[in-house]
Amino acid sequence: MKPEDLNTPHKPTWCPGCGNYAIWVALKNAVAKLELDPSRVVISYGIGCSGNENNFVGTYAFHSLHGRPVPPANGIKMVNHELTVIAVSGDGDAYGEGGNHFIHACRGNHDITYLVHNNEMYSLTTGQASPTSQKGMPSKSTPEGVLERPLNPIALALTAEATFVARGFSGKEEHLTDLMVKAIQHKGFSLVDILQPCVTFNKLNTFPYFYERVYDLQKEGYQPNDKEKAFKKAQEWGERIPIGIFYQEKRPAYHSELFSIKEKPLVRQSLAGIDITKSMRELV
Amino acid sequence: MKQNSISINNLNWKIAGEAGYGIKASGLMFAKACARGGLQIFDYSEYPSLIRGGHNTYQVNVSEEEVFSPQSEVNLLVALNQDTIDFHKDELSNQAGVIYEQEDKKIEITSLKKNNCQLFPVPLSRLAKENGGKEIMRNSVALGASFALLNYDFKYLQSVIQDSFQKKGKEVIDLNVKIAEAGFNYVSQNFDVAKYPYQLKHLKSSPRMVLTGNEAIALGAIQAGCKFISAYPMTPATPILHYLASQQKNHNLIVKQTEDEISAITMAIGANYAGVRAMTCTSGGGFSLMVEGLGLAGMTETPLVIAEVQRPGPATGLPTWTEQADLRFLIHAAQGEFPRIIIAPGDVEESFYATQSAFNLAEKYQLPVFILSDKFLAESNKSQEFFDPKIIKIERGALLTNTQLQKMRKYRRYAFAKSGISPRSIPGQKGGIFNANSDEHDQFGYSSEDAENRARMMEKRLGKLDQVALEIPDPILYGPAKADLTLIAWGSTKGPIIEAMKLFEKNRIRVNFLHVMYVYPFPAEKVKEVIRKAKKMVLIENNATAQLGSLIREFTGIEIDRKLLKFSGRPFYPSEIYQYLTDNFKK
Ligand SMILES: Cc1ncc(C[n+]2csc(CCOP(=O)(O)OP(=O)(O)O)c2C)c(N)n1
Ligand code: SF4
Ligand SMILES: [Mg+2]
Repeated sequence: MKPEDLNTPHKPTWCPGCGNYAIWVALKNAVAKLELDPSRVVISYGIGCSGNENNFVGTYAFHSLHGRPVPPANGIKMVNHELTVIAVSGDGDAYGEGGNHFIHACRGNHDITYLVHNNEMYSLTTGQASPTSQKGMPSKSTPEGVLERPLNPIALALTAEATFVARGFSGKEEHLTDLMVKAIQHKGFSLVDILQPCVTFNKLNTFPYFYERVYDLQKEGYQPNDKEKAFKKAQEWGERIPIGIFYQEKRPAYHSELFSIKEKPLVRQSLAGIDITKSMRELV
Repeated sequence: MKQNSISINNLNWKIAGEAGYGIKASGLMFAKACARGGLQIFDYSEYPSLIRGGHNTYQVNVSEEEVFSPQSEVNLLVALNQDTIDFHKDELSNQAGVIYEQEDKKIEITSLKKNNCQLFPVPLSRLAKENGGKEIMRNSVALGASFALLNYDFKYLQSVIQDSFQKKGKEVIDLNVKIAEAGFNYVSQNFDVAKYPYQLKHLKSSPRMVLTGNEAIALGAIQAGCKFISAYPMTPATPILHYLASQQKNHNLIVKQTEDEISAITMAIGANYAGVRAMTCTSGGGFSLMVEGLGLAGMTETPLVIAEVQRPGPATGLPTWTEQADLRFLIHAAQGEFPRIIIAPGDVEESFYATQSAFNLAEKYQLPVFILSDKFLAESNKSQEFFDPKIIKIERGALLTNTQLQKMRKYRRYAFAKSGISPRSIPGQKGGIFNANSDEHDQFGYSSEDAENRARMMEKRLGKLDQVALEIPDPILYGPAKADLTLIAWGSTKGPIIEAMKLFEKNRIRVNFLHVMYVYPFPAEKVKEVIRKAKKMVLIENNATAQLGSLIREFTGIEIDRKLLKFSGRPFYPSEIYQYLTDNFKK
């Protein structure tokens, strides 16, 4: 399979130069590289410029609500764990509106891959501050600058017990593809927080801004097997910004501990011959 | 009741005391012991929203014929504390019995002496302790004492105790039986039981379940092939989650407690989209959070069953009490216009079959279906014949097979079918790839803002409701075709009304009753027909604003101005309905 096979009749509607393009390409590359059958891949999208990708990738798609791509993805995985399940979000989706789902998906270790297009901005709604916007950054809703400190998705995922925590950059497409491949292969919850310049609304976190700062953790010999070290690395944001895998751990995925699907996925279990007689007798 | 006359198998027993002392468990054992002797029961419990302290009550209405509601007059009261006497003395019938703690010097019974009732002081705690138990087991003493007084064979209680404590082993069983027996023997030996005029006598019958509306919904879901439930705890819907969790190994279910209700509903939608039958359950407060998810199911045309078990609102409201005030909310919940079905069963049996139907309707029409219950129906136990699983068969609606999909050149999930129902594929199926899109979409599911497409999609979705209206059962008219008074109600008020009708019949007043179970789409034709024939109509609802009344006005143009509305958090008692109607509508 070629990545282009995953195209749909609809071409992306993002602004020219938007960071979403490279993420889209990396996703198709990763699915192609893993030779996944598109009819056995489900992608659950949030609402935003990022979520609009639902029209441009030819797998099964579930375009959910703002902030809600994760719970349906978890549900889909639980009832048919033979599918590859991916969730796609913006930073507003993932860390604002859907923050609660994010935390609990991490600790649940649901076997889904969470790709967060983090442009430090609410872009589809034309440029308000997001949970990851830098303190002091002016936006339409914060003309005097954001007062809060930005949320740290990597550190949050680590505290919430995620088993695969990574950061990518849409300016490093090949590296990003590789991260996505590893995240999809990981058995359990995998976060890939993706630095995605929004060329229209975010005048601070631009492509040059990131090109100057990002470096590949793995190229510097960083081993992603120590949570304490990962925490430390997660604090690094300034002159240098690390990308790559911060942390990975082997832990049984949520569905693998469900007794009801030990033999086969729930969706393939027959509904013939359901017998509630014993249950009714217990109520006598 | 006249002096010396004996009332057999017509009893209202009540136990009450402080919360946290096992009143609920004892009440259920009493109910089951009656049912195992072939008697019919309906029980009802009241409890505050706290774990310890506060006042708990549990009453069991026992009869030879099927009973559908509690009654207000108490014939035998087990008073575990002074509050019980103070709160319930006015409910006591003539010759009622009161069992209370003999050795509690603080218990003040002078108020009871006036009431012509019979007092049965029993050393409840002492008997429990003397027989090797703890003080909290005095409830078991009281159960034994009750049945001795009622002249009812001890073996039924014994068998219930055996089953209830089965998991705890023989020692615990024997101890509890011994303690109950001590209560039984104490009363037999110390009182002239024959002087107490209420008795129970076992009858021959096939075994009956004792179960709540919530359990009936859960059983209905299992029988309907529901394999996945995601929910967040909220009284009074939580027992559905509990019961399904207790049954997950028997029926291979996935039961997921989620981080919040938004997750619960959207996860259940995901599960349905992926091809299994899935549901969620909550009360009004939780459903408030689910509202956006409801619209998601509507827009993506994903089947979904939601059990909404009402309690009085707004906000936290009265967590452990009852009300029927979410009907309008459910009809209008979520932005935009899309179809939904609302079924409000009136009793335990209807709760089971309605839930089965809900799953069929949800898949056939690819839309959300509500089972709308309330605390009163959902938490009251009723004796019930076994359900017949064969009556309603699983019908999964238009699901495409792999071969059908392979024959299609280009599958359109949201094809403009005449019926509005476009066949579904499920993820994993080759050739079935589509976009389940919360944005307005074209026939493939791709986002579309085209005006003509939008209008056609709206017609496709909303048109389904017209067909639903043709298929769903009409409201049922109970009682004679011709009557002087016609009552109309929906959902759980059915129980007390059916019981009130027994009182009308006894007093030769001709009353009939139209029960609306399939509330939405609204069965306007049938309702109109009954109203036209009625001499006098009275609307009965457990809410303040007459929500069914407003629907009748909306869909038939008829205003029913005689209304009996109750919104104190308490259900109706049959006697209350009877009294109100006879007082207000005398010829
Ligand atoms: C419940 C709800 N609230 C608000 C919105 C409006 N809305 C759409 S996208 C969005 C934020 C988008 O930001 P993000 O998730 O970061 O995605 P981006 O557009 O930046 O990719 C908001 C607030 C909505 N669609 N639904
Ligand atoms: S607004 Fe920003 S995020 Fe959205 S498409 Fe344009 S550049 Fe991309
Ligand atoms: Mg964003």
